[in-house]
Amino acid sequence: MGANDEMLLLKAEHIKISFGNVHALKDVSLSIRPGEIHCLAGENGCGKSTLIKIISGVYQRDGGTIEFNGKKLDKITPIDAINMGIQVIYQDFSLFPNLTVAENLALNTEVASGKRWVSWKNVRKIAEDAVSKIHLNIDLEAKVGTLSVAQKQMVAISRALMFNAKLIIMDEPTTALTKKEVDALFKIILNLKAQGIAILFISHKLNEVFEISERFTILRNGEMVATGNTKDLDDSKFTYYMTGREFENKKFLPAKVSEKPIFELDDLTSPGSFEHVNIKLHGGEILGITGLLDSGRTELALAMFGMLPASSGKIIRNGKVVEIKNARDAIANKIGYVPEDRLSEGLFLQRSIADNIIISEIDHLTSKGIYDRKKRDREVGNWVHEMEVKTDNPENPVTTLSGGNQQKVVLAKWLATKPEVLILNGPTVGVDIGSKHDIHVILQKLAEDGMGVIIISDDLPEIVQNCSRVDVIKEGRIVGEFSGEGLNEAAILSAMM
Amino acid sequence: MMNNKLKKIFHSNEPYIFLIIILLGVLVQIRSGQFFTGNNLVDLFSALIVPGLFAIGEFMTLLSGGIDVSFPALASLSVYATTKLLLDRGYQGNVIAAFAIAIAFGAVLGALNGFLIGYLNLNAMIVTLGTSSIFQGLMQGTLRANQLSTIPAGMKTFGTVPFISATNKVNGLTSVLPYTFLVLVGVCVLMYLVLHYTIFGRGIYAIGGNASSAHAAGFNVKRTKFIMYIIIGMIASAAGICRTCMMQQMHPTNMLGMEMNIIAGVVLGGVALTGGSGSLLGCMLGTFLIVMVQNSMILIGIPTTWSDVFVGAVIIIGVIVSALQSNRYEKVRTSKNKEAAAK
Amino acid sequence: MRKFKKAFNSNIEVSRLLVIMAFWLIFMAVMQGGKFYSGKNFLTMAGQFPEYGLMVLGGMLPMITGGIDLSLVGTANFTSILCVFLAVRMFGADGTMPFGFIVVFFLIAAIVGVCVGSLNALLVSRLSVPPILATLGVNELLLGLNIVMTGGAAISDFPKEFCDFFSQNIGGFLPRKVIIFILIAFLVWFLLEKTTYGTKIRLYGTNAHVAEFSGINTTRLLFKTYILSSVCAALGGLMMLATYSSARADYGSNYTMQAILLMVLGGVSPNGGKGKVSGVITAIILLKFIESGINRFKSVSTYYVTLIWGAVLILALVMDYFGEKPRKVRVKKQG
Repeated sequence: MGANDEMLLLKAEHIKISFGNVHALKDVSLSIRPGEIHCLAGENGCGKSTLIKIISGVYQRDGGTIEFNGKKLDKITPIDAINMGIQVIYQDFSLFPNLTVAENLALNTEVASGKRWVSWKNVRKIAEDAVSKIHLNIDLEAKVGTLSVAQKQMVAISRALMFNAKLIIMDEPTTALTKKEVDALFKIILNLKAQGIAILFISHKLNEVFEISERFTILRNGEMVATGNTKDLDDSKFTYYMTGREFENKKFLPAKVSEKPIFELDDLTSPGSFEHVNIKLHGGEILGITGLLDSGRTELALAMFGMLPASSGKIIRNGKVVEIKNARDAIANKIGYVPEDRLSEGLFLQRSIADNIIISEIDHLTSKGIYDRKKRDREVGNWVHEMEVKTDNPENPVTTLSGGNQQKVVLAKWLATKPEVLILNGPTVGVDIGSKHDIHVILQKLAEDGMGVIIISDDLPEIVQNCSRVDVIKEGRIVGEFSGEGLNEAAILSAMM
Repeated sequence: MMNNKLKKIFHSNEPYIFLIIILLGVLVQIRSGQFFTGNNLVDLFSALIVPGLFAIGEFMTLLSGGIDVSFPALASLSVYATTKLLLDRGYQGNVIAAFAIAIAFGAVLGALNGFLIGYLNLNAMIVTLGTSSIFQGLMQGTLRANQLSTIPAGMKTFGTVPFISATNKVNGLTSVLPYTFLVLVGVCVLMYLVLHYTIFGRGIYAIGGNASSAHAAGFNVKRTKFIMYIIIGMIASAAGICRTCMMQQMHPTNMLGMEMNIIAGVVLGGVALTGGSGSLLGCMLGTFLIVMVQNSMILIGIPTTWSDVFVGAVIIIGVIVSALQSNRYEKVRTSKNKEAAAK
Repeated sequence: MRKFKKAFNSNIEVSRLLVIMAFWLIFMAVMQGGKFYSGKNFLTMAGQFPEYGLMVLGGMLPMITGGIDLSLVGTANFTSILCVFLAVRMFGADGTMPFGFIVVFFLIAAIVGVCVGSLNALLVSRLSVPPILATLGVNELLLGLNIVMTGGAAISDFPKEFCDFFSQNIGGFLPRKVIIFILIAFLVWFLLEKTTYGTKIRLYGTNAHVAEFSGINTTRLLFKTYILSSVCAALGGLMMLATYSSARADYGSNYTMQAILLMVLGGVSPNGGKGKVSGVITAIILLKFIESGINRFKSVSTYYVTLIWGAVLILALVMDYFGEKPRKVRVKKQG
């Protein structure tokens, strides 16, 4: 690989770890050069997070060697890792929402130094030093809970830099950021690189991997399947390495579209979020709505489903104006909604797969007022089969499923209400590529059977592949519609920005 | 910047509670002309001492994301044991001994809570519910507690000798604020210092904000909780001694049942049940409001039998206001995030 | 053996209590023999628990939604005081009450339950006040009203026909109170296990936000829940009136804590989402056995009952902790 010739910052070889009978990592090697931006990719459950935890000392490996900065390490504790200059920024940032920025920055240092008393002057000084390193302009006295996600991330990065970091590991840092914020983050990452700090960037978004990283490593099922220079990587190779499968991505072409629209928005307005939105959806169509994170697309989605009713305008179903003030109204009008955040809006995580599937149609599973368990079990069995949810017992908690299968459960829950209009907000966020493919097939099938589908997403390849028509929303207004020949990523992107 | 600070102040509960207190005071003043008199205020502060001490302990628990409903039983047990011990020995001396012994008992009992909640990580509400029963059972079962109508002389003097006294010129009534008030002030100042200037205190805030991050940041979460419940036990016992001194007798059960009003007062002051946010000032203001409603009704000619009705109404209205306010704040915050994102 | 183990684990809360109960019953058999195991003793026990038993049955519902109802006792006393007032107003303090008038008492209980429950639910659902504070405030309000109405004294002069009704035994051994308790227990069990209501409140208790997104009518659900809870408490109030044969503002003031303790012991999770009628009933019976057993020992103060209640609760928690720990760790590591 040639890397051996040079000085390596991190050299982890043949790492093995197992939990009980599960071999989480079988034989994984990872090498990072000083000051390089390295991307670690892989599907959910491939062992990415386990590997990070081994490097940062949270887990102890069962076998293999790790060298950091030229030193062989037998056993690593979290404190060792920090002292050597390894910092991990997890997705939740590990910040304290109720404390000020200054304190969030200074607390770790203060605790680590074994002090008993807090000097607020010192806290302030530590914090000022920390933010100056990345030229962060932020109110140090603001409570972290009031900051935006991007600001929180900057605070977490500043905090990581305080420990003379040589390697910063970022766990999917772009998940909740707008495009502009991602650009800002990348600028900071390049700035850190210029200071000689290496970045291990964890992502499964292809475009980001190409944009920022110099080298990559891809894991699958606890094994390293590829590593090398990013410039030698392309789209289909990336997908193949990640999944071990090749996919034929079928472009959606509507088979038969209903004559009249089945769902319309007429001048729908919610001040501050979106204004004068007009949309027509025919049965058999897949309509895409795309826009940046702050474009108002989420608010629009919630308004269509009644969770955040619009203040003026009309929602029309099959030519009739309907009132949709809450989720029940929407369901009564045969509208289904797959929410943006599966974990906080879509699923009762601790409950069974079965209960999660039937909850929205539960009132139809009764006979003479009594809950009909047999009917329920039949219904559950049907959906588990239909959606190919991988489980041996639907009474297990939904947390036992992978992200992709969880999303199938959410989809099943809504299909069980027999909707005629299905709205999906980010249908494949956090879903592995295999399940993503499955979900796309399902959606296309639904549309072919006559359902009207709306996909709200900023995943442009997904939109282009699956939608017959795409509306672009920007600053709360629909700024363009694309279909047929004009429907391509470049055109949509330029309308979005 | 100034504007920003002002905004921050009005996002918190304290100014509203303060305003309500003032308004209520003015109302009572207009109706009775008796509110802003020396003796009434002295009476109010005197009535604040015991609930105030309890509230400080509860404040700390809520801050850490926990809850404690065992402190009245804990205080009753340790104070009963102390008083009984001193009486049996024929001790009549200084009150310091009473405080020292009771606080030591309180620490031991608090350690039981702390062990179960901190080290075994059990649900705080249920644990303290259980230990509350245990403490009560120990007191009434093992110690066979009944009312002690005399208390050691040292305690008696401490509870009666005035620190401040005020006479109402109109009706000639004299009210006395005993030295126990200094205990409240002392504990209050100490708590402020601990919460703001020690790593332990910041650890309580950190745990209330995000316990797993606190662990990752290097705090010993279990030990911090353990010590915290010990401190609560100590404060509660000190409060119990104050109450016994002021009442001139030890009644083993008359503190029981206070817990819910104390919690309500602390929450009225803007301390979140979810942990991590709230201020000592708010906690004291909320408690003061409840004490004030309990004590001022008689001044405006409402019979004391009505006081619980008004306390209930204040709690309901107070929590509605603070619920609505936090909802509004939430909205402001999300739209602000959007603004920030748009830039 | 494996089958037994499976049955044991599938309903761990009940099984655990049954184990404790078995030990206690053996202990009592050794120590007291026939005195404890007499029909009379069991009858006495049966006569004592229904009033707070009802509060447990009702109060468990808000707890399953992740809330709590602290207004149970206030509601109970409010009901009994209203009934007494009405009876005295209609028939005089020492008059006789026609038997049929008892229906009116039940009607009052129902009305009070609906009103108080609606107020609680309004605060919790529409105004998003934390349940612990909302119901605490309502309880304080009711306590205040009770004091205002009675002036703080017990009212024991009223037509007593009502009390006789409740304490009468059916078939010579089953007090009417127990029958009402069984009926309500059946009703709550039916609602929780045989209608969709049970699934809905358990899911709501798991995650209220997701419930909203799933199209559950959460407002109606909370109203139903808190009203059921208050109606049970109001019925409990009627029983208290019969037991004490007087009404007072602060009767049964330790019932709130007792009821919560029994719910938790019976496996209702205070974080919401979990709870079964079988669990709380086992808990009620177990604690009644313990209480009654202790009272049989002349040398032991009755106050030890409180201590033992607390100890049993903590014991159950600690058993949970050591029983579940290894499983939890394994799951965590894999994730």
